[in-house]
Amino acid sequence: MSFLDYFRGKKSGSANVAKERLQIIVAHERGQRDQPDYLPQMQQEILAVIRKYVQISDDMVQVEVDRNDNCSVLELNVTLPER
Amino acid sequence: MARIIVVTSGKGGVGKTTTSASISTGLAKRGHKTVVVDFDVGLRNLDLIMNCERRVVYDFVNVIQGDATLNQALIRDKRVDTLYILPTSQTREKEALTKEGVEKVINELSETFDYIICDSPAGIEHGAQMALYYADEAVVVTNPEVSSVRDSDRILGILQSKSRRAEMGEDPVKEHLLLTRYNPDRVERGEMLSVADVEEILAIPLLGVIPESQVVLNASNQGLPVILETESDAGQAYDDAVARLLGEEREHRFMTNQKKGFFSRMFKGG
Ligand SMILES: Nc1ncnc2c1ncn2[C@@H]1O[C@H](COP(=O)(O)OP(=O)(O)OP(=O)(O)O)[C@@H](O)[C@H]1O
Ligand SMILES: [Mg+2]
Repeated sequence: MSFLDYFRGKKSGSANVAKERLQIIVAHERGQRDQPDYLPQMQQEILAVIRKYVQISDDMVQVEVDRNDNCSVLELNVTLPER
Repeated sequence: MARIIVVTSGKGGVGKTTTSASISTGLAKRGHKTVVVDFDVGLRNLDLIMNCERRVVYDFVNVIQGDATLNQALIRDKRVDTLYILPTSQTREKEALTKEGVEKVINELSETFDYIICDSPAGIEHGAQMALYYADEAVVVTNPEVSSVRDSDRILGILQSKSRRAEMGEDPVKEHLLLTRYNPDRVERGEMLSVADVEEILAIPLLGVIPESQVVLNASNQGLPVILETESDAGQAYDDAVARLLGEEREHRFMTNQKKGFFSRMFKGG
């Protein structure tokens, strides 16, 4: 923090970092919260099927349910390893 | 019909019991017949803060299990005569509380009390869920610190999905943010999350800000709800919070450093 920043009252402490980290984790957890209960199990099974053909790690499959007013969309995101 | 208010937080040690004691005392002081119920089965702290630990004969769990009547278990406060304490058991497990058992006691209390304040245990599991299940309103006690804010958000999720109101599809539990152990100096130095930061993240209405204060420990040492320390910053901050809970408009105080000198204010353009 520079001398001038100090007198301008500019924040340079760790509170900003805390806020950013919180915004990310809270948004993520809120997303999880609204997900149907079967999702983790389904994610594991999808993972198992894909692994029959390609070797991928757990975090390379993302499954999410997006709920709109009158329909839900199952979003499946699979990252394949580079060849 | 009583107003049922749970004081909850997820994270432990953030000030739930301190808050339950002060809010219930504040409501009772204004003439409302109030009972504060200790849901922290197995620990029991509320009686110490309320200075009635030596008068406990029967407890919440005894009443649920039919071993005592409510009147036998309720302790009348010695300072404020419209205030009662329902202490909890020190020997049982949290599982001693069941929805049916709690409902029976809450219903009976509702017949005679205006306010039922439920002091929740820490955590988001069974004990905390029992404390919030029948609530009409929730005071979410939060410290300006990452794990506390995150846990508050999780408890908000539970209020919105697992409370009786949520399960019955009724109007949602009314949520209030109470930021406690706030240190304006550290916020100004950028070391601590500010009120605005926490409000932005949790996105629920602010009931009050309780400053970090030596007076709280002193009061709890003596078994005095800090709201009765009427000259102190923390006491006044709790009094404001109670007033707001009753619908009064009060400007927020204790959010900036009161002792800040003229010069530093001038340099910061404030
Ligand atoms: N505003 C404050 N300023 C200073 N100390 C405080 C403040 N509020 C609470 N404390 C202190 O923090 C500690 C924990 O408070 P309290 O017992 O009310 O928390 P709790 O949330 O009920 O804890 P638990 O989760 O164990 O039930 C106590 O020592 C209390 O004196
Ligand atoms: Mg407690």
